[in-house]
Amino acid sequence: MAGRALYQFAYRRSPDQDAPLPVRRPVVVVGAGPVGLVLAIDLAGRGVPVVVLDDSDRIGEGSRGLCYAKRTLEILDRLGAARPCLEKGVVWQVGKVFQGEELLYAFDLLPEAGYAMPAFINLQQFYLEYVLVSRLASFGLAELRWRNRVSAMEALADGVRLTVDTPDGPYALEADWVVAADGARSTMRALAGLPFVGEAFEDRFLIADVAMEADMPAERRFWFDPPFHAGRSALLHKQPDGVWRIDLQLGPDADPEAERQPDRVIPRIRRMVGHDRFRVEWVSVYTFQCRRIARFVRDRLIFAGDAAHQVSPFGARGANSGIQDAENLAWKLARVVQGRSPASLLASYDAERSAAADENIAHSTRSTDFIAPRTPQEKRFRDAALALARCTDLGRRMVNSGRLSTPSSYRTALSTPDADGETWTGGCTPGSPLPDAPISWRDGRTGWLLEAVGGDEVLIEMGETGIALPEGVRRLRIGIDVHDDQGLVAARLGAPAGAALLVRPDQHVAARWKRPEAAAVAAASRRLNGWTEAGA
Amino acid sequence: MTETQGPHRLETKARLPDPDAAYRMLVEAHRGLSDEESAALNTRLVLILANQVGDASLLADAIALARRADDGAPAQPSG
Repeated sequence: MAGRALYQFAYRRSPDQDAPLPVRRPVVVVGAGPVGLVLAIDLAGRGVPVVVLDDSDRIGEGSRGLCYAKRTLEILDRLGAARPCLEKGVVWQVGKVFQGEELLYAFDLLPEAGYAMPAFINLQQFYLEYVLVSRLASFGLAELRWRNRVSAMEALADGVRLTVDTPDGPYALEADWVVAADGARSTMRALAGLPFVGEAFEDRFLIADVAMEADMPAERRFWFDPPFHAGRSALLHKQPDGVWRIDLQLGPDADPEAERQPDRVIPRIRRMVGHDRFRVEWVSVYTFQCRRIARFVRDRLIFAGDAAHQVSPFGARGANSGIQDAENLAWKLARVVQGRSPASLLASYDAERSAAADENIAHSTRSTDFIAPRTPQEKRFRDAALALARCTDLGRRMVNSGRLSTPSSYRTALSTPDADGETWTGGCTPGSPLPDAPISWRDGRTGWLLEAVGGDEVLIEMGETGIALPEGVRRLRIGIDVHDDQGLVAARLGAPAGAALLVRPDQHVAARWKRPEAAAVAAASRRLNGWTEAGA
Repeated sequence: MTETQGPHRLETKARLPDPDAAYRMLVEAHRGLSDEESAALNTRLVLILANQVGDASLLADAIALARRADDGAPAQPSG
């Protein structure tokens, strides 16, 4: 039941391997998973040459990361990679939670229309990686080197020297900045000797990709104590290609080797689906950890994604948070490499994404506690919440089958607090992600706010403010450059006529004013670019 | 879904702004306790919270709901 290698790539010798002295690169990314690839695409798109190293030469074993959230899709869209994912992926937004055979409750992750991207798509990780590899190949500034395995690392005063093993033997490569995006079992983290600290959960879970024809809607289904898997939990997701993802809780005493065997797996799935007309494509037995390293930036070595933090899969917070790490890092690293921001800007990556990791770990830990109680008392709490959920809202709100990934709002030194005397109700507080909304362009074509903002530092003006802009800031006038035909831009930003919002290159709001002035906008722009001591 | 005997009504809608955090707090309060110690902690907690509720008719409603939730009342999907 081993997985298939869907996409095979070739090792190619790089001229760097024949250089008499180690070649120096501005940025080297270790790991060509979703996080490393998104980072490399974003960097290359911002004009930074980037080399990506990966120890393998193929992608396609198992579905792995499966659920990609709206914010992640918005990032992929900005990078020109969302469309093929949307075409291939299974769109969903409804989740259902069952106890036994009964539906306890259902939830809708995007009850409101007017967003370019859906709440979620399910897509096997190898398809996403293939899309990203193809997108990266369209940038002359980017180079992906397969079967390049980092075996040693040495910190330099102003960079990092790597020893890279290849089929032709090792070579040395230097970089001003190295980003470790090499996953939960990060080699880079081991080479740096960093402890990966947190909680391990004892329960084992079986994850299987099962090909079958099934007339079930595209929704997330979670069972506590289902009839087909008594006393445990089960999770079902629809994937492309007529494949279903099945997660079954096995308990702490399960033997991982035995549970992986067809004679155990097939009867479990037969009980769940009620027939034999299926094919098991991939199976794995997992335990979960929720843990992180203490600091994501270690001089010139930066960690992102699972290499920096790991969560349980309930809530789809692994790949989604990793991709959000990459987008948070890309514009900052680009500005530092290009001399437009001080290196201290990268401290905000550590602060913002550490807080996001803590948030994700907290959600993921609570979900895992609920799904896999560790003591008789924990199980009593869980069963009490489930019992109350059958008749009350208070119980339903305590039932936790995974809280699905939403983007973090940053409490950050890069934000400028709202001005004294300006009261805002709702809308986008500084640090929060800019919501999308439908717009139309001047020529009448319909479009989206996030598309119009793109990856630049942008001042969104509700109408014409006429104020002078600092260098590097682009103006987007709602009602002039684009039109808010449905009123959803004004509503979602909570912004009256004459107001303005300064948006970071990662589409998070940095500052907002009801009565913007040039000096305040310039100060907020300096601050978001790291040119301030305040709060650092 | 609201009990109506008393002058105040038992609130069965979620009141906590972050139920997950409260749930975690309860679970963590029991970490490292034996089953007997857990039962004793819960019992003290019930007495403290009953005093905080401060209304015998509300307490009676809460007891009634807790009993009813145990005997397989039908699930009420929230749509």
